[in-house]
Order: sequence, then C-alpha cells, then structure tokens
Amino acid sequence: MTSLSTEHQGSGHDDHHDDHHEHAIPKGIKRWLYTTNHKDIGTLYLWFAFIMFLTGGAMAMVIRAELFQPGLQIVEPGFFNQMTTVHGLIMVFGAVMPAFTGLANWLVPMMIGAPDMALPRMNNWSFWILPFAFSILLASLFMEGGGPAFGWTFYAPLSTTYSNDNTALFVFSVHMMGASSIMGAINVIVTIFNMRAPGMTWMKMPLFVWTWLITAFLLIAVMPVLAGAVTMVLTDKFFGTSFFDAAGGGDPVMFQHIFWFFGHPEVYIMILPAFGIISAIVPTFSRKPLFGYASMVYATTSIALLSFIVWAHHMFTTGMPVFAEMFFMLATMLISVPTGVKIFNWVATMWRGSLSFEVPMLFALAFIVLFTIGGLSGLMLAITPLDFQYHDTYFVVAHFHYVLVTGAIFSIMAAVYYWLPKWTGKMFDITLAKWHFWCSLISVNVLFFPMHFVGLAGMPRRIPDYALQFADFNKWISLGGFAFGLSQLIFLALLIKACRKQGDPVSSQVWEGAEGLEWEIPSPAPYHTFETPPVVK
Amino acid sequence: MLQKDYEKYYVPAQSRWPFVGACALFLMAVGAGNLVMEHSKGGIGNSKYLLAVGSAILIVMLVGWFRNQIQESMTGMHCAQLGRSYRQGMAWFIFSEVMFFVAFFGALFYARVISVPWLGGASNNQMTNEVLWPSFQAIWPLLETPDGTKTEQMGWFGLPLINTIILLVSSVTCHMAHVALEANKRGTLKAWLGLTVLLGCTFLFLQVEEYIHAYTEMGLTLQSGVYGNTFFMLTGFHGFHVTIGTLILFIMLLRIMKGHFSPENHFAFQAGSWYWHFVDVVWVMLFFFVYIL
Repeated sequence: MTSLSTEHQGSGHDDHHDDHHEHAIPKGIKRWLYTTNHKDIGTLYLWFAFIMFLTGGAMAMVIRAELFQPGLQIVEPGFFNQMTTVHGLIMVFGAVMPAFTGLANWLVPMMIGAPDMALPRMNNWSFWILPFAFSILLASLFMEGGGPAFGWTFYAPLSTTYSNDNTALFVFSVHMMGASSIMGAINVIVTIFNMRAPGMTWMKMPLFVWTWLITAFLLIAVMPVLAGAVTMVLTDKFFGTSFFDAAGGGDPVMFQHIFWFFGHPEVYIMILPAFGIISAIVPTFSRKPLFGYASMVYATTSIALLSFIVWAHHMFTTGMPVFAEMFFMLATMLISVPTGVKIFNWVATMWRGSLSFEVPMLFALAFIVLFTIGGLSGLMLAITPLDFQYHDTYFVVAHFHYVLVTGAIFSIMAAVYYWLPKWTGKMFDITLAKWHFWCSLISVNVLFFPMHFVGLAGMPRRIPDYALQFADFNKWISLGGFAFGLSQLIFLALLIKACRKQGDPVSSQVWEGAEGLEWEIPSPAPYHTFETPPVVK
Repeated sequence: MLQKDYEKYYVPAQSRWPFVGACALFLMAVGAGNLVMEHSKGGIGNSKYLLAVGSAILIVMLVGWFRNQIQESMTGMHCAQLGRSYRQGMAWFIFSEVMFFVAFFGALFYARVISVPWLGGASNNQMTNEVLWPSFQAIWPLLETPDGTKTEQMGWFGLPLINTIILLVSSVTCHMAHVALEANKRGTLKAWLGLTVLLGCTFLFLQVEEYIHAYTEMGLTLQSGVYGNTFFMLTGFHGFHVTIGTLILFIMLLRIMKGHFSPENHFAFQAGSWYWHFVDVVWVMLFFFVYIL
C-alpha cells in the first residue's frame, strides 16, 4: 500500500545534523524519567500495562480461589468486593488502555513517517501520571476500611451512601487516569492530523492508525464525562449534594446514565485499536491486501458514532420507559452490522490467501473466532426481554471477558508478537510463544465458556458464594483461571528474554508478507526514525 | 505542504518537567483526597500542607516548562508545523473541557426533564410519588425538595445579567486585542487586553457577591437539593475556568509588556484567547439554562 522512495530512505535515520537534538541515547534512570522519545515512552506504557495485567490477574486468582467451592473459605465478602472492583479498574484503566497507548506510541509515528509524537513532552507527562494514579488506588486497599468495593462501575448509592471514606482517594486517582488518557489521546490525534509524511493521505493510512484516530476522538469526548461522574460522587458523598439522591430531587439512575454515556464508548476504546491490529496481521500472513479497506474505515467510524447512542442497554432493568428500552435495543443491534463487516473482511482477506500460521497469526485467528463469540453473546444481551434474564449474571461476565480477554488482550498479544522483532531486532523464542498461545487458548475457554451456562442458569455476578448446583462448573472455571494465569508467566519469561536481546537477528521486513513504513526501517528500529519524512507514493 | 516544514520539526531533548508535573499531581491527589476524608471526620489536618506543596510544585513545573517553550520559540526552533500541533492540541483540549461541562449540563437536564417530574408522578411513576413523598410538587426550579429542604430561586435580572454583559463585552475586547496584535499595534493591544483582564476580574468579583447573597440571604446553597447542586456546580466550575482564563490572559499581558509575540508568531496568546471565548460560550449556555429557563 505504501512505499518509501529510495532517496529518502537513508535520510530517515542517518542524518543527525540538527544540533538541538540529543543524539546519544541517554543512560540510566533519567532516560526513562525524562524521556521525550516515542519509542521509550511506548516501552514504558507496555511494561506498565503488563505489570498491571499481572497485578489485576493476581486479584482474579483470589476471586477464582474463593469461588472454587461454594461457601466462604478464603476471603471476607468485603474483601471479595474490593478484589472484583480493583480487578476491573486495573484491567480497564491500567492494562488494556495503557497497552494500546503504548502500541500507538511505538507504531503510529513509524507507520505515518513522523519523527516522533506531535507533543513529546506531554507524551511523557501522560505516561508518568499513571504509575502514581495506580499507586494511590492500590494503596487504598491497605488502608483502614479498605479499597473501593462498589464494582468498577461505582454505581450510586454504593459509592456514595454505602462506601467508606477512602472513596475520596478513588475519585482523585480516577481523575489522574482521566487526565493521562486525555493528554495521550490529544497527542495521538494531533500526531495523525499533523505529522503524516508527504503522500500519506487519509485513505493510505494503515488501519491501526485509523482505528486509533477514532479511539482518540472517543477518549477526548468521554473521559471528561467520567471526570464529571466521579466529581458528582465526591460531592454527593462528602459535600451534601444530591445528584444521585431522590430525597433532594436527584436520581441514582442518573448516575448510571452519566456513567454509561462514558462507559459505552469506553468499551469501543478498548476494542477499536484491536481491530486495527488484526487488520494489520491477517493480510501479512495471508499474503494478500486487506479485503475492503474503505469499508473497514467506514465501519470503524460508524461503530464509534453509534457508541454514543446505545449506553442505556446496560440499564434495561432500571425501569426505563418502554420506548427508551426499544430505542436502545435497536440502536445496539445496529452495531452488529459494521462489526459483522469487519469479521467478514478478515475472513475474505484469508479466502484463497497463502496462509501461514506464525504466532501473531495464531493469536489473530483466535481473536476472530473468540471475539465473534463475545459479539454474539452481546447481541443476545442487547435484546431487552432476554436481558431481564441475563442481567447481572455470569452470562454478562462471560460476554465481556470474551470481548476483553480473548478480544482486546489477545489482540495486544498478537501485536506484541508481530512487532516485537521490529523493536528488539531479534526473533522471540518461538517455542515459548507457541506454548504461551496454546496454553492460553485452551485455558481461557475452560475459564470463560462455562460462565455462559452458570449465567443462563441464574448465577449472580460479584457474589462470593453460590448455590450448590453451580459447584461443578465453578470448579472448572477456577481451574481454567489458574491455568490461564500461569500461562501468562510463560509470556513474562519470553518478554524478559526478548528484552535481553536473545534470539536470531531479523531482517527489516521481519515477516515475509509485511507491508508498511515500519517494515522499511532497520530492525531494531533506530532510536530516531524519519527525522526527515519519507515520501509515500 | 512545504518539505521545509517537515525537516525542521522540533523534537525536544529530555525534559524533567513532565515527571515533576506527575509528582505534583500525585501530591495534590493524595493531599486533596486526605483533606476531603479529614473534612468528613470533622477536622482538617496536615494534608492541607501536602496539597499546598503539590500545588507549589505544579506552579514551578508550569513556569519551568513554559520558560523552556518560550525560549525555544523565541530562538526560532519552532516551525509552522509545530505551531499547528500546538493549535490543534489546544483545540482538542477545549473540546475535552466542553465535554466536562456536558456531564453537568446533562445532570441539569436529567433532573429537570426526568427525575423531578418522575418524583412528582409523571410518566408511569404515580406509585413512586404516592409511596415515597405524596405531598411532593414537581416544579422547576425545585425550591422544595422531596425531603423538605426549602430554598429560593436565583433570578436572571440584576447581577447575572450584568455578568453576562461583562463576559460578552470581554469576548469582544479579547478579539480586538487579537486584531491589534496582528496589526502590530502594541499600544492598542495592551489596552484591549488589559481591559479584558479587568472585565474578567470584575466578573469574578460579582460572582463572589452573588454567592454571598445566595448563601446568606436566600438560603440557596450547594446542599439545597438538585437545584442548588446544579446551580453551584455549573457556575462554580465555570467560575474556576474564568479564573484560569483571566490568569492566562494576565500572563499574556505581562509577556506583551516584555515585548513577546509578533503578528506572525503568537500561539500562546491565541490559545488564551480561544480559551476565553470558550468560557464565554459556556456562560451564555449557563445564563440561558440555569438562570432564565
């Protein structure tokens, strides 16, 4: 789709005449604290996300250990609630979103032929806010009264009337996460608007860039609404306002409206970049151009626009007027059309291609199949009368873990395997990677598939105990959970090996069928790339 | 687009300010969080110092960061493309601010159109009304809440109208300052900008007067039900933004006194002026939906 003209190719990384640039890679801790380099910041984001993934995963292990058997064995119900809450918050704001931002940092400038992100210092600021924000959140777990225990959705009145005072720390840590996300998103959107190399027209941009452009727009539009929601929780709890209190003329359901007006676009924030990743990997290993590039762009845009008018499908059982229920049901079902376009396009890309099954492709294929399962259970949940049965059961838990774990997180793993050789210059340990893939694939289905059954049978979510008839399935779910958790340690070992630059050197193209600007610069990618922009034909 | 623009895109070297800024936000968040917790236990303890130290570090960071930026700009390291990055960044930042206000306007509309009428038995909520607060009258503005808190309505005539006129005029004076800057008329520029800052301060002064009036004479407080909530949260956050905007414009005035900015190169001034127009537009919405309707 894009190619470099030869006369510019060398100048992308050899010319260092600009005397206000720092040429030598800075050493020591200051390199990471004070960096303005998009690759350094991308690496920081990705490692931070992975550490948070393991932290949130450890909390999931506590949840599954408690649910291994019926009855209360290991933790107090209050602590169980803190685990479900902080697990959700960490995985959403600490793992998936920073991982995507890390990938955007590494890849967007290289894909569009830019020397760096548009605003490099702000880029560093938006990263370093995150470790501080999460240390506040995690510290509250060890304080008197414990951490937040009202679910990651912090519904009023759970977060107002019935929460402890540490909620104030939760509110300010969410404010910090929001500030970080907004600055990160502004950086991505400005980079894409303003930093494209000559000839990199809109419809030549790789889909990862397109999907991130739209994700960044969603982030800027809805993170401030989340800030508004936590602010209202703060004033309702501590300063006597009654936004969410009927006695003062407010309404607890209003909280849910405001939260989900943020929350539903947030769901797409966590999946649109995944679509971009899969749209990069599938063509490479099918050795064919992506089928329906333009329709992918339009589908992504329509998903993003629709995401603003579907929020109340999370609230079908709150007693909304029937007209509202019908509207939100139909609008939600409409989203399956552009999503179906995407699935169709990926399958059509593979149709009659010369497929090979390297590790990134394995994860991408698993994504396509398993994300579709999550999408179809989402369609079931969209149907209002059926949702009255499914609401707040393990069926919902099964649904959003299929789209977030086998969707978003599998896509992140696919992306890491796909671009890791470009970052390190060495091929990763393929044997370990295949172990990681197969162990993850099997265990994740043992973990999440039976949740559909117990959910349909009525097992409620966020409860540390359950009725005896769910015992057998829950035992298997927990075993799958432990296995999935352990499988990620294989990934950790592989990443440590890769960062120590072990493995065979790779060419600049790395994968036989890979196309795009990032595959035309050397592997490992030089510290500064495209200081003079390439010309894209 | 000129090839020359691309060759000069300025990627700054390492900078300590972003990390310092992250530390400042950390101290401020911990300080503010603990302050709120201490407040709810009935006393204010040492966390106010934490908040103060964090804020001080944030100010140091902003001064240092902007000083670097200004030096780079004045030594000609910036190019047209970087200027576009700054402008687009500022525009998207203002969009995010708009969305923050959307959340609170959303709460206002929800209370007026849905939650208050429903508590009064509208739609299919007759039983809500009869079982919870049978004597509740759903009237906006909500001067008596379901649990009996009473308050008075803040009228639009008088101070709010004067404040509206002040802000609208200040938007015009800000624009005149921009015109003067682009025409390189420094004296006129200083006069218009100084007038804008003065109008901003007057607005804030009158806003404080209005709050004192509301609290001491009308019994309209943050705690007086959803009418008081939305009134004070919307006007309060707006007032906070006017404060920030006035500060920005005041700093721009100081920089103009020092001879900064040229007709071609004045991003910081332009950003401040956009911000000022933004707080003005928010006020017009506020005046319409909070005061008049």
